[in-house]
Amino acid sequence: MKLVIGIVRPDRANDVLEALYRAEVRGFSLSRIQGHGGELERVETYRGTTVKIGLAEKVRFEIAVSDEFVQPTIAALCDGGQTGEVGDGKIFVVPLERVVRIRTGETDHGAVTPVGT
Amino acid sequence: MTSLLAAATAKVDTGDTAWMLAATALVLLMTPALGLFYAGLVRSKNTLNTFMMSIGAIAVATVMWALVGYSLAFDGEAPIIGGLGHAFLHGVGFEPRAGTTIPQLVFFAFQATFCIITTALVSGAVVERMRFGPFLVFAALWSVLVYAVMAHWAFGGGWLMAQGTLDFAGGVPVEMGSGFSALAAALVVGARKDWGRQALLPHNAVYVLAGAGLLWFGWFGFNGGSGFSTGHSSVLAFTNTLLTPACTLAAWFVLDLIRGRQITAIGAATAIIVGCVGITPAGGFVSPGWAMVLGAVVALPSYAVIVWRPRTRVDETLDVLAAHGIAGFTGILFIGFFAQLAWNDAADGLLYGDAGQLGSQAVAALAAPVYAFGMTYVLLRALGALMPLRGVDHDEAIGMDVIHHGEEAYATGEGAILITPEGTVEEALAVADPV
Repeated sequence: MKLVIGIVRPDRANDVLEALYRAEVRGFSLSRIQGHGGELERVETYRGTTVKIGLAEKVRFEIAVSDEFVQPTIAALCDGGQTGEVGDGKIFVVPLERVVRIRTGETDHGAVTPVGT
Repeated sequence: MTSLLAAATAKVDTGDTAWMLAATALVLLMTPALGLFYAGLVRSKNTLNTFMMSIGAIAVATVMWALVGYSLAFDGEAPIIGGLGHAFLHGVGFEPRAGTTIPQLVFFAFQATFCIITTALVSGAVVERMRFGPFLVFAALWSVLVYAVMAHWAFGGGWLMAQGTLDFAGGVPVEMGSGFSALAAALVVGARKDWGRQALLPHNAVYVLAGAGLLWFGWFGFNGGSGFSTGHSSVLAFTNTLLTPACTLAAWFVLDLIRGRQITAIGAATAIIVGCVGITPAGGFVSPGWAMVLGAVVALPSYAVIVWRPRTRVDETLDVLAAHGIAGFTGILFIGFFAQLAWNDAADGLLYGDAGQLGSQAVAALAAPVYAFGMTYVLLRALGALMPLRGVDHDEAIGMDVIHHGEEAYATGEGAILITPEGTVEEALAVADPV
């Protein structure tokens, strides 16, 4: 089991959702975050105050999957998230020690498999 | 607008002038109110740009109105367009405007606020993608080529007024003028890149409701001031501005319940606008009872267009056509049926024995959409040949606020680094500094 963390542009989030759906990856969390990954900073001015905005809005997907779903999940994130410009985001894959589904107490493989599959 | 031809020796009436000064301020408030209403309907990344299109309209429409627009609308009674006698505000002073008891300066300012709000209305068709610079150029030209011309037809003694069309506060230039221009603008500028692919939802329904409420408040000056006095027609229009939108709201609730079993907030805000628009042409011409009927009647065609439009490929983003064009069309025709001499001192409609009035109204209901759509289409095509009307998809993805204004509506300051006047960067990161 792996935890796939994908950080993408907010305006690509819907495309990623579509791609994940098509890849039959059904269980995930999504959060709005701010981050910096080497893209150009932009300058904003509020009356006399000029600032360089170093952090960009991003969306973070957290997807716990069984091993055979790791590759499709990564492909879906790349498919949906890519624009080709700096700032498209990153994917981190980390090993998962344990997963528990709270409702049933199922663990590990049973817990990362979406209900009804 | 009533055209009671007062004697050339008419004096300025202090009561009328006092009310018109207040009414002018009320109508000006409608434009920031519209900005708020529109800002709530778009995605958060386009909040400021959408609001700024209304604010920008105040700037360019006022300047153009003072330079030539007012003169083309209100100098002389030629059929198609007025003269240049009042260009650069020449001869606009303290003496009463012909046919009114208020100084021409007040008349000019009051009419200016109409030009401003109408120009701002059209922005609803092109928000979230049109570039800000080209929009300002478009707004400046539109306020003269479309608004001033149509205002002359309906208010300034032009051919519609001469052939008997009754339009109390602007069903022709304001409502049909903006609504059908919006359709043309949406077609020329084209749909947003995500239109039809993703759900593009309003980001703040509270703005929408607050904006609609403020618009309604301002509309009392818009309709109540269009008699240019404190006389009967103004009083009637003022009270009808309460009655009609209230009935439209009630009717909209019923339509919402039938369609989706729930009464929606954004639907309610839309109903307020549709009701106010419906009574705009008819305000001083129909009885309070018929105004209430109009409130219910005007809801139906606009509701139908709002339900139908998203199923088409036309991204007329904020439904200016349905809320203004169609509701204005309904209101203009309604006068032809239910105008009542006993209430308006001007004319009867079909129901009270004058079928000819319906004919005069129908002519306006045909001419206004054709001119507004045609002229706006040509204007934007020509402008589009000179400068790109919209940015690249990447800009649209980031949002108009950052791209065109360098600001965000909901800036947090997190990760913002101060740039000092000397041009050096202070490392004043709001986040913890890793040591």
